[in-house]
Amino acid sequence: MTRPHRRAQGRAVLTASAMLATALVLSACGGGAPSSGGDFTGEYDGPEVTLSFWNGFTGGDGPFMQQMVDQFNEEHDNITVESNTMQWADFYQRLPAAVTAGEGPDVGVMHFDQLGSNAARQVILPLDDMVDELGLTGDDFTETVWEAGEYDGQRYGIPLDVHSLAMYYNTEHFAAAGITEAPTDEASFMAALDALQAAGYDTPFWMPARWPGHLMFMTLDWQFGGEPYAQDGSEATFADESGVQALDWMRGIIDEGYSPEDVAIDAQYVAFKNGETSITWDGIWQFNDLEESGLPYAGAPVPNIGGQESTWASSHQFFLPRQDDENRMNAAKVFIAWMSEHSEDWAGAAMIPARQSVLDSGALEGMPQAPIAEALDSMRFTPTAPGIGTVTTETLEVAVADGVLGAGEPAEVLEEAQGRATQLMEENLATFGQ
Amino acid sequence: MSQTTLPTRAGALAETSAPARRLRDHGRATPWLFLAPYLLLFTGFVIIPVVLGLWMSLHQWDYTLPLKPFVGLDNYIDLFTPGSTTSGIFWQAMQATAIFTVSSVPFLLVIPLLVALLMNAKFPGRNFFRAVYFAPYVLGVAVVAVLWRYLLDNNIGLVNYYLGLLGLPDDTAWLTSTPAAWVALVGVTVWWTLGFNAIIYLAALQDIPVELYEAARMDGAGRWQQFLNVTLPGLRPILTFVTINTLIASANMFGQSYLMTQGGPGRETRTAIYQIAETGLRNFQMGDAAAMSYILTLFLIGLSVVVFWLFRERRGARK
Repeated sequence: MTRPHRRAQGRAVLTASAMLATALVLSACGGGAPSSGGDFTGEYDGPEVTLSFWNGFTGGDGPFMQQMVDQFNEEHDNITVESNTMQWADFYQRLPAAVTAGEGPDVGVMHFDQLGSNAARQVILPLDDMVDELGLTGDDFTETVWEAGEYDGQRYGIPLDVHSLAMYYNTEHFAAAGITEAPTDEASFMAALDALQAAGYDTPFWMPARWPGHLMFMTLDWQFGGEPYAQDGSEATFADESGVQALDWMRGIIDEGYSPEDVAIDAQYVAFKNGETSITWDGIWQFNDLEESGLPYAGAPVPNIGGQESTWASSHQFFLPRQDDENRMNAAKVFIAWMSEHSEDWAGAAMIPARQSVLDSGALEGMPQAPIAEALDSMRFTPTAPGIGTVTTETLEVAVADGVLGAGEPAEVLEEAQGRATQLMEENLATFGQ
Repeated sequence: MSQTTLPTRAGALAETSAPARRLRDHGRATPWLFLAPYLLLFTGFVIIPVVLGLWMSLHQWDYTLPLKPFVGLDNYIDLFTPGSTTSGIFWQAMQATAIFTVSSVPFLLVIPLLVALLMNAKFPGRNFFRAVYFAPYVLGVAVVAVLWRYLLDNNIGLVNYYLGLLGLPDDTAWLTSTPAAWVALVGVTVWWTLGFNAIIYLAALQDIPVELYEAARMDGAGRWQQFLNVTLPGLRPILTFVTINTLIASANMFGQSYLMTQGGPGRETRTAIYQIAETGLRNFQMGDAAAMSYILTLFLIGLSVVVFWLFRERRGARK
C-alpha cells in the first residue's frame, strides 16, 4: 500500500528548489525591521550551527516530524537540527524554565493557545520581520489560524497546521445498522444512535469525562451559539445558556443510555478501537493510530448538534525562543520558513496544513483527514490570552468531568468553574499588565 | 592470605602513632572536613531551597517575569480567606491528602509486618516469595499507574470483569467515583510499596536475638505472647522510622492520582502536592505554591512530633 505522504515527497523536492529560488530573491532585498535579533535575510550563510528543536510530537505524528527534520538537514550544509521530543504537558512546564535559565531550545513548536502566555513571559520572540521578509500574509492562511499566531498586536507564531475534533465511526457497525451516510446534524445523529442500538450495539457513543470531553464541550458550546471565553481574555463565559445546553446534551447521552456511566480516561477511545462502541469524537491526530489498528472506520466532521456549524480546533505554530546568538536565530528562521513551506509533508501526520497554497496544491488528496478539512471555515479557536490553557485545565475540564459523571447539575458545576476561571483570568490580566 | 595481611596491618598500626599527634593538632578542622561533603549537599539542596522557598512565599513570584512584587503574608492570608483563588482548592487538596494518608498508612504498617513475619519463617521457596512481594516496588509510578488504570477501568478493565465472574458487583467505577477511587488508589499504593516496609521489618526481625524467644518460651509464652512481648518491643525503634517514613510518603502522594484519576472524578483525589505542582509549575504562581508547601510542611512536622511522642520510650509505664 502506497502511503500518500510518500508521493508527496517528490513534490517536496520541487517545492524546495522553488523555495530556494524565492529565498535568493528575497535575500537580495535585504533589510527589514529587526524585532528578534538581527535582520532576517531568508537564508543563512554563517558558520555551521546545530539547532536544538523542541516539540511535543510523541504520538503517530512524531515520525513525520522527524522525517521532515531529516530532509531539512540533508538540504542544508551549515545547519543541523536536532529534535528533542517530550510530552506537551512537560514541554509547557519546561520551556519557560529552560529559556529563563538560558538553556532553552533554538526553535520550537507549540499550540497557539500557549503563545500568549509565553509571549507575555518573554519566553518567545516576535517574528514580524521574518513574516515581512518571507512575504507571508494572512491571505495564504485561514483567517482564524493566522490570527491565532498573534498576541498583543505582534506575531509570535508561524502556523504549521490546524487540527480539530472529528467524528470517527465504525463502518461495519454502520452497515449493520443500515446507515449509509455519516450523520451531519442532531436529527440524523440521534437517528443513527437509535439505529445502532436497534442493530444490537447497546452503547454506540461513549461519553468521556476527561480528555477529549472538554473539547467536545467547547465544540457544542460554539454550536449552541456560545463562546467559552471573552475574546479579550477578561472573563469566562462557558456557564451561559449555550454552555449549559452543551453539557446537558453530553450528560443526556448517558441518561438516555447511548453511553455507559463513568467512562474513565482513554476508555472511550480504547472501546472504539476494540469495536465496543460505534462512534467517537476525538482529535484528527488519531487517524494514523486507527489506520494501523486495522479497524473498519471512517472519519467525518463533527455533526452540527447545536445549530451553528463549529468544531473545536487548535494549531501547532513555530516559535523562536528568546536568545542572544544572531546566527542561531537566523538559522532557526530559515528552518521555520522551510518547515512552513513543506507543510504538505506534515499532512502525513493526519494534520491539516495551515497554508492555503499547500492545501490548494492537493496536499490532502486521498488523505483520511480530507473530509474534515472541508469544514475548515467553521473551526473555532479559543482566544490567545495569556494563561488560557491552564485556566481550561484548572476549571473547565473539571466542570465537564463533574457534569458528565453526574456529580453535579451542569448549570451548577459550570457556574462554579466559571467564577474561578474569571478570577484566574483577572489575575492573569493584572499580572501581564493589560 | 592471612600471612600477607598481617604485616601490613602491623605496619599501619605502627604508623598511626605519629599521625595521631598531628590529628590532635588539627583536631578542630578534622570533623568539619569529614562533614564537608554532606554539609555542602545539605546546604545546597535543603537549606538554600528552604530559605528561598520562604522568601518566595512572601512574593507574587512568577520566575519568568522581571517583577516579583513583595506581598508580605498575602499568599498565606489568601489560603485562609474563603473565596480567594487558592483557599478552596488548597484545603480540598489537603483534605484529599488527609483521606489518603489516614486510609493508606494503617495498611502500609500492618500488611508489610505480616508479610515480613511470614517471610521470616523457614519454608521452601522463601526467597522467591520475598522477591514476589518486593518486585512491584521496583516499578516506576508511571508503569504502576498506567497498568492499573487499564485493569481498573470500569467499562473495559479486567478487575470488574473478574469480579463479575465471581458473582460480585461488576460495575464499580474505580477511577471516576468516590469512595471507590480512594479504595483503588490506596489498594494500588499498598500493592506497589508494601515490599519496601516489609524488607525493613524483615531486617529488624532478624536483629531480634533468638535467645529472647527461647527465654519467652521457657516462661511459657505462646506465639501471640511472644509477638506482643518480644517481637513488638524489639521492633519499636524501626517502627518509629517506618511510621514516620510512611506517613510522609503517603502525605506526598502525587503520581498515582495524577496518572490514574487525574485528580478526579472532579477534583476529589487531587492531593496537596498535586495542587502545589499545578499552581507553581503549570500556573507559575510560585509564591502561592510555596506558601501552600509551607503549610503542608507544618502539618507534617506536627504529625512527626506526635508519632515520636507516641513511640517514645515509656520508662514509667513499663514498670
